[in-house]
Order: sequence, then structure tokens, then C-alpha cells
Amino acid sequence: MTATTLPSPGPIDRSCRSPLFALFGGAAGWLALSSAFGLAAAMTFHNPALLAGCSVLTFGRAYPAWAHLFIYGFGVPTALGAGLWLLARLGRIKAMNPALITVGAKLWHVGVLVGLLGIVTGDSSGFEWLELPRYAAVILFLAFMLMTVWLFMTFSWRAEPRLYPSQWFVLAAVFWFIWIFSTAVFLLQMHPVRGVVQAAVAWWFAGNLLNVWLPLAGLAVTFYVLPKLSGKPLHSYYLALFIFVTVALFGSWTGMPVQAPLPAWMGIFSSTAAALMVVPALALGILVVKTSGGGDQPPCFGGVLCFAKFGAFMLILATLLAAVAACPVMARVTEFTWFTEGQVLLRLYGFFAMTLFAAVYHILPRISGREISPRRVRAHFWLAMPGSLLLALPLLAGGVRQGLRLADAAVPFQETARAAVLWVRISTLGETLIALGALVYLANVGWLILSHYRALLKREMTDALAWQPVEVKS
Amino acid sequence: MKSGSLVFLTAFVALAFSWTGFVLVPQLQLGRLEAAKTVPAGDAYPVARSGQARQGAEVYRSLGCVYCHSRQIGQQGTTVEVTLTSVGTNAANVLSAIQKAAPHLAATASLASVPQVLGQVADTALADDAVTAIAEAGGEATVAILPDGPDIRRRWGRRRSVAQDYLYDPVVQPGIRRFGPDLTDAGATRASAEWQLLHLYAPKTVVPDSTMPGYPFLFVERKIGKTPAPDALPLSGTFAPPDGHEVVPTEEAQALVAYLLSLRADAPLYESPVTPPPAPATNGVAVATK
Repeated sequence: MTATTLPSPGPIDRSCRSPLFALFGGAAGWLALSSAFGLAAAMTFHNPALLAGCSVLTFGRAYPAWAHLFIYGFGVPTALGAGLWLLARLGRIKAMNPALITVGAKLWHVGVLVGLLGIVTGDSSGFEWLELPRYAAVILFLAFMLMTVWLFMTFSWRAEPRLYPSQWFVLAAVFWFIWIFSTAVFLLQMHPVRGVVQAAVAWWFAGNLLNVWLPLAGLAVTFYVLPKLSGKPLHSYYLALFIFVTVALFGSWTGMPVQAPLPAWMGIFSSTAAALMVVPALALGILVVKTSGGGDQPPCFGGVLCFAKFGAFMLILATLLAAVAACPVMARVTEFTWFTEGQVLLRLYGFFAMTLFAAVYHILPRISGREISPRRVRAHFWLAMPGSLLLALPLLAGGVRQGLRLADAAVPFQETARAAVLWVRISTLGETLIALGALVYLANVGWLILSHYRALLKREMTDALAWQPVEVKS
Repeated sequence: MKSGSLVFLTAFVALAFSWTGFVLVPQLQLGRLEAAKTVPAGDAYPVARSGQARQGAEVYRSLGCVYCHSRQIGQQGTTVEVTLTSVGTNAANVLSAIQKAAPHLAATASLASVPQVLGQVADTALADDAVTAIAEAGGEATVAILPDGPDIRRRWGRRRSVAQDYLYDPVVQPGIRRFGPDLTDAGATRASAEWQLLHLYAPKTVVPDSTMPGYPFLFVERKIGKTPAPDALPLSGTFAPPDGHEVVPTEEAQALVAYLLSLRADAPLYESPVTPPPAPATNGVAVATK
């Protein structure tokens, strides 16, 4: 990994180049923008009057804009790009119809932009994690289908019939997204169901997105990158299979708050499911330690492997925290507080983003034919890793403080809000580090993509200069 | 797993289960919910909102109020309270009747003044027994069902939220955050439109240590015409506009306030019983129920 140039990419990597450039490049830009919105939202807790005059950046719009850009701008396209490359590589086949996938990727980014404009101008749907307005949702769905058709084609025409765990995770993640996204858009935005059924559908969607789709899409990368970079085979396929099945079975029942105005059994099912998620979390812990641990490992100082390992451990931590918070006794304290926020942010930034960074840093040099300097990757790691912890952990602490006061009716409400404010302000520091990390990431991805084109241009130029008419030569 | 179809089958089965449970079943159970009748009055509930309040609901959604304010009340148990309203002609008789029907209520009963809260009993059946016994002895008593829990003690609502409460909401937003207070009963606890408008313009004018951002873009600052506008905000001190200017709410602000004032959830329903407070004298003032 020290050479500055890699061997020229093989045909499989070359076939993924244009779609992955479009997916990864756009996503890196959205990530940086989403951090900017995240910071704008956080400013509310430092000085509520600061951005109050600006309708676009008021908390109730900056926050959903952040969420929209993180999930749909950064998360989905990056995961999809990594998934395409994994399916092509593991299936030993070139990506099918990369041109159309590239078109789909560009259409997707257009949809994200339309959704963003809708949200900041007040057209948000009002449902969390699905704020994008109906017209943007249609664009995203079409773009997603355009890309995934060729993803499935690439999979089914594969030359290598045996399946590796990453492939299950990619396929299930794609399948999951199509189902939950279409259900939520149809039942919440196209033909809205009535009354609390809306809340049930929205929570079902959010639960599946955060507790199934995110782990599936992320672990596909983890199970590929970990063995690859630590030079050992995946410890156990059966454990991976076990994780796959349990995440799908239990995760899909999470999402309903304990206290919600829904039939009581729904909350109870969700608490139980969240508690059962501890099972795949522990299995993941064993798998990660057994695969990437061991004495002869080169120490990890912020390379690509660190991203993947840290990500996996944060998923375990977030899942354990979610299980604790779902227990009805604890839920009375943590529900409605910053604790939930902290747990979700740990999942989003600590696990999902970090794991996808690992994927991009592993894949992008291979398809662009340019090595990225380890120092650039390390710089990103040492911003993003502490950033995600500094963002999430204070919110967890502040959430418990806030929750204990909320549960005691004798404490005036303003005091419950104040109890968390200091911790929320500390977490802004983490948000700032993450934003800086996002800029480094954008620079890294941009550099890799541009340097490919620069090399291409240089080659064209030398070819053009070296070219001489045959008649003259002879 | 050896084949792709097995992967899809696993994913399909798992997701189909959860889709059935959390999407299809709630739709079958609650999707065709009709307006209910309040108990015991028998009024239709919920009542559809006015046009302006419905527009306000759109403003509420578009500004993302749900990211700080929940609209769902939880409840931890219920207490049943018996209140003696009249001792009739024979106080001693009533006292012995109470002693017979519910001994622990009689312990504190002095009968010196009515109405007098006798105490709490385990359930409505016991309370009804006591009331019947008192009535037979010539006295009168009432029973109040008082839901309990931190949300209710904070006076965010009078009872737990149920599916009926959201029936006429175009976009249902129960919310999962309480960075600001719950708004289930905002129309009852903060019934003044002027308070609401001031709070939206600059929260610190009415709640000095508020953490809420203001929404000045819902208001217009303009030169005072021949006469000051009747709906100009009564601002003073640091919040006051420059001399000769006034701050008036836009239609959006008016609609949002109409919506906030329409937020009430205190109708007693069969599935969430509550005894409304006796008189409308406390209207507009936050009063602890206990």
C-alpha cells in the first residue's frame, strides 16, 4: 500500500469507474453540505436568535436538511456504489450497463437537490427520515430503480457462482430499500393513510432504515474490507449468516416508541426486538475480533482498516444503547430526550459513515488507478473518529440528565431543557470535527477522481504528440 | 447461503412479516377509525378544525416544529377521587354511610365543609359504591377520574393520547423529541393569541430563559400608517421596533397561532377516561390538577 501508483485497473474495476465516480463524487459533496446544515442546526442551542431571521436555516428546516443530505445525499449513493463494486468483484464480472447506472446516479443527485430545495423552502413532508417532498421522492425512486436493475443484472450474470456474505448483505439492502421507501412514499405522501396509522408507517420506515438497512449496507463493506486488509479470511461464514438473519428478523420490528399512542402491543414488540438486536451485535463483536484481531497485526494508526473496525464497534455500541433505551423502565427516562439523538448519531457517523469511508478509500484508488497518500486518509480518520464520539457521547449524557428531570414533574420544564444544553454545546465540537473531516474527505475523493482525469488527459496529450502519420514515418 | 434466491427469500419473509405487523395490521385496526363519542356527554370527537387552523397545520409542518415539540401524552395509572358535595340534612348519617362503604375515606372526613375531597379509591366500582351509599344517607358526592404521570402533572394534557386525537390531522406528527414542551393541550394552557404571537416573534419576550428560536420572518415590520394596526404586537424594551414602526403578524403567523390554539385533547373517551375540570373559570391559566 505504499506504492504511489497501482497496477492498471482490471476490466472489472474499469467497468465500475464512471458510475462510481458519479456516485462517490456527488455523495462526498452532499456530505460536506449536510455537515454545514448540521452546524447551522446546532447553532440554535448556542444562540437561538443567531439564525432566527433566516427561514431557510431555522432549526426545523436545517435539521431535516441535514438528515436528508446525510441519508439520501451521502449514504444511499455511497452504499450503492460500494455494493455495485462488491457485486462485480465478487461475481467476477464487469458491471452491466455502466452508462445507464451513471445516468441513474446523476438523476439521483438531481433528486437529492430537488428534495433539499423543497425542505428548506418549507415543503418538507413532515415525516422523519423521509422529509423529501413527493416530487423529489419520485425522482429518487426512478433513479434508484434505474441503477438497481443493472445491479441485479450484474449479480445474476456473475461468473463466480459461489456467494460471499457481502453479496447477501448488498442484495438484501437493495431489496429492503426498495420496499420500505416505496411503502413509505406511497402510504405517507401519495395516498396518505389516516390518523395514527401514518405515525406507525413513518416509525416502521425509520426503524427499518436505521436498524436494518444501515447495518446491511454497512456490514457488506465490513465483511469484505476487514478480511482483505487484515490478511485473514472471514472468521466464520455461519456467524455472518447468523448476523444476516437475526438483523433482518429482529431489526425489522424496531421503531415504535414505547409510549406512542398506538396499540400497546406495537411498542412491546419493538422493545423486545430492540433487546433481541443485542444477539447480532454480540455475534458481530466475535466476528470482528476473530477476523481482524490477533498478534501479528500491523498496528492501526488511522488507515482504511481503522475506519472499518471502528465502524463495526460503533454499530455494536449503538445497538446495545438502543436495547437499553428500549427497555420500558429506561424508556421513561430516555424517550423524548437527546439520548435517542446520540444513539442514532453514533450509528450514522460512528458506524455507517466510517464504514463507507473505508469502502471508498479501498475502492476508489483501484478504479482510478491512483494511490491516495496514507497521510490524507489518516488526517480524515483523526477528524472523523473523535468527531463522531464527541458528537454522540455528550448527547447521551445530556439526554439522561434531561430525561431524569423530565420524568420528575416537580422540575420546571425550562430546567429540563437547560440540563442538556451544555452537553449539546459540547457536541457541537464533535460536529465541527466531522464537518472538517467531511471537507478532507471531499478533497480526497475529488483529488482521486480529478487525478484520474488528469492522467487521462496527459496520456491523450502524449499520444497526440507522439502520433505521426504513417506516410511520414515510413 | 448458496444462491441468490435464498437471500431474497430470507429478506422477503423477514420484511413481509414486519410489514404485515406494523403497516397492514394497524391499517386494518385503525385505518377506518370513525369519530368517537365523548363519555358520558356523547359529543362527537374529534371536531374538524377551522380553515385557518388547517392552514396553520401546514405552517407547523413546514417550519419543522415537530423536531422540538412532541404531541403525545403518556400516562402512568389513574386515580379515582371521591368528592363530597353535600351532606344533606343528617351529617352523622352520611359519615356512618361513608364508614361502611369505604372506611379509609371516612378517616379524614370532617364534614365541616363541602365540597370536600374525601380521598382516593382503587377503582370506579368502589367509588360508585361509596357515592350510592352517601346518596342513600341523604348526601351527595361526585367521582372524578384523574389520570396521572409526569406529562399530566406538567399539565401538558389531561389524559393519555389515543388514536382518536389524531384523526383529523392531515399530517400526523406525534414527535419524539421534547427539546420544547409537549403541545398536546397548548390551546388550553396558553389560550391567548397575543401570547402565542409574541412567543413566535421573539420567545424571550414572554419566556425569558427560552431556548426556542424566534420566527421573525412570520412577521412584517413596517411604518405605522395613519393609525396603528390593531394586530400590531405590544413589544417593548430591546424587542421593540424602531420608533414609528410596528410589527404585525403575517397570515402565516395568524394561521399557525389558530392551529396552536386548536390543540386540545381533553375530551373524555371510553378508552381514555378523564373527568374534565368542573368550571371554565380556570380557562387560559395553567393550573395543576393536583
